[in-house]
Amino acid sequence: MASVILPANPSESRPGRFGVYGGRYVPETLVAALDELEHAYDEARADAAFQAELNLLLTDYAGRPTPLYFAKRLTESLGGASIYLKREDLLHTGAHKINNALGQGLLALRMGKKRVIAETGAGQHGVATATVCALLGLECVVYMGEVDMERQDLNVKRMRLLGAEVRGVAAGSRTLKDAISEAMRDWVTNVRTTYYLLGSALGAHPYPTMVRDFHRCISREIKAQLLEKEGRLPDAVIACVGGGSNAIGAFYEFIAERDVRLIGVEAGGCGAALGEHAARFRGGVPGVLQGTFSYVLQDDDGQIALTHSVSAGLDYASIGPEHAMLHDTGRAEYVAQSDAAALHAVTTLARTEGILPALESAHAVAEAIRIAPTLTAREILVVNLSGRGDKDMGILAHELKL
Amino acid sequence: MPIRFHHKPGLVIYLTAGDPSLDATREIAIAAIDAGADVIELGVPFSDPLADGPVIQRAMERALAHGSNHGGVRLKDVLALAREIRAARPEAGLVLFSYLNPILRHGLARFADDAKAAGVDGVLATDMIVEEADAYLAEMSRVGLAPIFLAAPTSPDARLEAIAAHTRGFVYAISRTGITGKQQSVATDAAALVARIRRWSRLPVAVGFGISNAEHVAQVAEFADAAVIGSAIVELIERTCSSKGPEAAPDAVARFIKGLRLPHAAPAR
Repeated sequence: MASVILPANPSESRPGRFGVYGGRYVPETLVAALDELEHAYDEARADAAFQAELNLLLTDYAGRPTPLYFAKRLTESLGGASIYLKREDLLHTGAHKINNALGQGLLALRMGKKRVIAETGAGQHGVATATVCALLGLECVVYMGEVDMERQDLNVKRMRLLGAEVRGVAAGSRTLKDAISEAMRDWVTNVRTTYYLLGSALGAHPYPTMVRDFHRCISREIKAQLLEKEGRLPDAVIACVGGGSNAIGAFYEFIAERDVRLIGVEAGGCGAALGEHAARFRGGVPGVLQGTFSYVLQDDDGQIALTHSVSAGLDYASIGPEHAMLHDTGRAEYVAQSDAAALHAVTTLARTEGILPALESAHAVAEAIRIAPTLTAREILVVNLSGRGDKDMGILAHELKL
Repeated sequence: MPIRFHHKPGLVIYLTAGDPSLDATREIAIAAIDAGADVIELGVPFSDPLADGPVIQRAMERALAHGSNHGGVRLKDVLALAREIRAARPEAGLVLFSYLNPILRHGLARFADDAKAAGVDGVLATDMIVEEADAYLAEMSRVGLAPIFLAAPTSPDARLEAIAAHTRGFVYAISRTGITGKQQSVATDAAALVARIRRWSRLPVAVGFGISNAEHVAQVAEFADAAVIGSAIVELIERTCSSKGPEAAPDAVARFIKGLRLPHAAPAR
């Protein structure tokens, strides 16, 4: 662990801080825009009309609440804990990302910003943003690394069909990290007219808080649905963690429920060496990347490391700051599942349940497959199935030789 | 040593350290000082320079890919380079321009000690803002380094007041919203921003971002104390290295800098 202690007073509680993590580390030009965003969000959050409009879209347009499905055949095949799947994959556009895109899209409208920019890794946030911009009549530009454009080609075409401009990013590792940098360059240039619709619980304050709030409905629903079905809370909630938006959404309402284990699954990639994975809690060190203080995969000179994952959405060198705090306090556990385990989980879920998960979500399924047999049938695991796998058919066809 | 602008207008010259090599950057810096640069800003290469445009991004990629030592230029190499420039030209201002992460990985206190020992005068951390800077400011103050903050056209007066209160050396005013890089003319934002800064600060004000020729420098001189030239120099180095080789870069940079001050611009004393 490096001797990095950044805030002068870590115990000082202020907005945007999660323990010592989070904060706002950005070029000065963006600070006024972040202040404006924070203020607008605080107002919107307290505005019943805004919340009602958002809730109407979440139900009638996006399809909330999503089902909590008991995966009977998967449970039986593993012979251990009962596994429930939170079906975020059934949402409009195919992933949880629409929750946040709708919330921030309405906020952009409220702030009078006509131009929206976004970054995307797997393309699910890009598609959600393009969808919301079409719905609300906003101009939309999505930045995407060239590697990701190639491996998530279907989503590139979906965004274009929806009227968004997709701008390829050729810098660095040509993945999510570079897409975020390029989106920030656009924002810093067009800050007065443009809304940056960030897609994960990352970046400078207020993004990690705001994105988490827009995904809180996931854990709120899980809690109510499981109480109704089983009359109790789950023993564990499992979610994959890239930036960490679906995971923080699935965890949040359970943080105060100390008996519920919270398990975040990072991308173990193809090996343990730096550059072969995206498991920030296995070799990452606290640092600053793209506006926030959190765990970062980096070399000993502070240069950001290249990462690898078969899933574009988990392929990122840092992690949302609230996860860094949950890790350090021990409230959540973080494990890693490899590319191979994720691919195996896709096949297993497809053939036991007829459900094709996104490669990202498959990492969470893989962890459930690993631990379910070690538990008893009375124990309940909830896996957040954050997205569907149609977008991954090209990779799956290649990797699984379909 | 306090940062002084010996000329009017003052010139701050930005160089990406290690592009094309550490030795070349040292020779270019010395040539720049001899040609009239008041302050050299040494840019610490970073893998993810999100405040920089394509020219400086490319320079950083080059420095990280093929520095003079195995594995590319490191922060400790930049500190050693600063020490050499300081030894060669004791009178020039020397500022490190870095993203935060390499500084944090080095260790904030160790960085402050090492930068001071290398003879650096000030530090500009691109992604450090005054609200987050308590620990950073304490270290800068402990060793006597000048913390330099950016002031942007979008910064409201309350922020400019805080920036002025914590900045030492000079205030770096960003001429326009956006990333580093050349532009056609100096944005009208700049004069208004400098006027607002002067309400809160008696320090010299340097204007940067998009300043690339004598005409821009003359425009800046009408309302500010100094101009910062970055991408234009880095691009000149890139062009010269590819056409004539790195040994031609110091002369090319010196000629360019001499051409930046219009004939009537004489030393202030």
